[in-house]
Amino acid sequence: MEKVLLKNLGKPNSHKIDTYIQGGGYRAIQEALRHTPDTIIQMVKDSGLRGRGGAGFSTGLKWSFIPKDPTVPKFLCCNADEGEPGTFKDRGIIDNDPHLLLEGMMIASYAIGANTAYIYIRGEFAFGARRLEEAIKEAYERGYLGRNIFGSDFSLDIHVHRGWGAYICGEETALLESIEGYRGQPRIKPPFPAISGLYGKPTVINNVETLSCLPAIVLKGPKWFASIGPEKSPGPKIYCVSGHVKRPGLYELPMGTSARELIYEHCGGIRDDRRLKAVIPGGVSAPMLSADEVDTPLDFDSLAAKKSMLGSGAVIVMDETTCMVKVAYIILRFFSHESCGKCTPCREGTIWLTKILKRIEYGEGRTGDVELLESLCSNIFGRTFCPLGDGAVMALRGVLKHFRDEFVYHVENKRCMV
Amino acid sequence: MLPERLREEIRAVEKRYSTKRSAVMEALRIVQREKGYIEKEDMEEIACMLGMRPVSVNEVTAFYTMYNIQPVGRYHIQVCRNISCSLLGAEHLISYMERLLNIKVGETTQDGKFTLSTVECLGSCGTAPMMQINDTYYENLTEERIEEILKGLE
Ligand SMILES: Cc1cc2nc3c(=O)[nH]c(=O)nc-3n(C[C@H](O)[C@H](O)[C@H](O)COP(=O)(O)O)c2cc1C
Ligand code: FES
Repeated sequence: MEKVLLKNLGKPNSHKIDTYIQGGGYRAIQEALRHTPDTIIQMVKDSGLRGRGGAGFSTGLKWSFIPKDPTVPKFLCCNADEGEPGTFKDRGIIDNDPHLLLEGMMIASYAIGANTAYIYIRGEFAFGARRLEEAIKEAYERGYLGRNIFGSDFSLDIHVHRGWGAYICGEETALLESIEGYRGQPRIKPPFPAISGLYGKPTVINNVETLSCLPAIVLKGPKWFASIGPEKSPGPKIYCVSGHVKRPGLYELPMGTSARELIYEHCGGIRDDRRLKAVIPGGVSAPMLSADEVDTPLDFDSLAAKKSMLGSGAVIVMDETTCMVKVAYIILRFFSHESCGKCTPCREGTIWLTKILKRIEYGEGRTGDVELLESLCSNIFGRTFCPLGDGAVMALRGVLKHFRDEFVYHVENKRCMV
Repeated sequence: MLPERLREEIRAVEKRYSTKRSAVMEALRIVQREKGYIEKEDMEEIACMLGMRPVSVNEVTAFYTMYNIQPVGRYHIQVCRNISCSLLGAEHLISYMERLLNIKVGETTQDGKFTLSTVECLGSCGTAPMMQINDTYYENLTEERIEEILKGLE
């Protein structure tokens, strides 16, 4: 498959506007401006593009919910909060090819009628934020941003907004709160951001990778995009592979590549040729797959059929030496740390789960602790304000589903079985 | 009072948004960049500039973990302890650094040079284990590399 998202990675000066233009950059936005916004929305619908931020919602459909009234200001927010542990793809694009993202944002803004767009980037990505600011400056200098871009009657300003260390701000309504200058706590939906988003105005929130697919869709056409990977979740996908593989990193492959192909062909197999134990297929919120599920295609629907999810495309590989109690503890500690504190089941529940996992991990587990974990899960799941609490529960349930005996062993023997 | 230069920078940030309040995060960041940490008076001044109540600025400062409300060492070492880094030995490196610097996580060395913290995933999992010192990422860490990196910091 010809790469479109990571094609410029590793090129010298890949972040400069001239390099981007020499590689055919900023042609897609000019092409898009020759069509009506509705034509672009239809194109994106036809391409079958589904959001790469986690939920896999149809991008074209999301855009079509934006009211058409030209007198109402609209906003585009690019979600570059990239906080799901295991994920580092958006950073790959931003650091190496910021203009790809900017061009994608121009296309999206034109399609939904937004004249102001924000990039919400996590604060730790200081290098990436500077890259984006420099790229935006370059684009203004060429007249690619600002008033009447490329001689059209479309105007667009793009600003960088830095997050400052809060995973929850990746949740789209918490992200909006954060841009408005509040604590990053999710809002009740509905109303959905398409109707009432930033400053109460119609707003689209899209992930960096989603937006970066757009130039290729415009230039190569929706049919080309739809022909890659599975019919219902097509397109190129960046998999972020980490953990016990020989060659971790970013891999742009057709959506639906199996975990086996990814791990054994592209990443060179398991480190020290050990045996595979489990794979987390989509960031820590995604329930893990056991080694015998490794032929599962990594796409939205195939993973949903396995009661897991593609999430952010972060594939975390664990070999036979991995203690699953420790994995669960680290994951739940993360969620309790990042719970925004707004609702009790999530705030208190994740703290409890972490406490119990910690004592099991440190050989102080008590009889009945595993059952206690399970009952806490049932009391959290479905009762939280936003999906963070559900994510914590799904992750833990995923570990327990495959490796419950390890937890029991830990409790009974006060030590690990691996 | 913040220097006029910073006040100007903050006023320029306000222009990016529909409300002044949206500039609060960036204003706090600017103060922290200049002073290393944020004090009550800074929050009050920002509140005044942005037409906010001081308590609202305080809420923002308290919510976002990257704001320092206390001085930190000249070099703030933040080691990732999340899953991908842990799979490749992060805990081991954290205790190595505690021994090397003779402090515990959360502490600052006597000379005020280093503060050691642990953090959650920094989006660098493919080059784990990793840490961030001030703005810079250091990846594919080993004990030897850490020693070299710390020695290289004045
Ligand atoms: C707790 C939580 C954290 C999230 N973090 C991110 C994130 O870091 N980046 C992201 O793009 N989407 C994240 N999302 C998903 C967003 O809410 C939203 O669905 C997404 O940005 C939409 O973009 P897309 O349609 O292009 O996928 C998160 C969701 C939740 C519930
Ligand atoms: S887990 Fe350490 S950088 Fe992601």
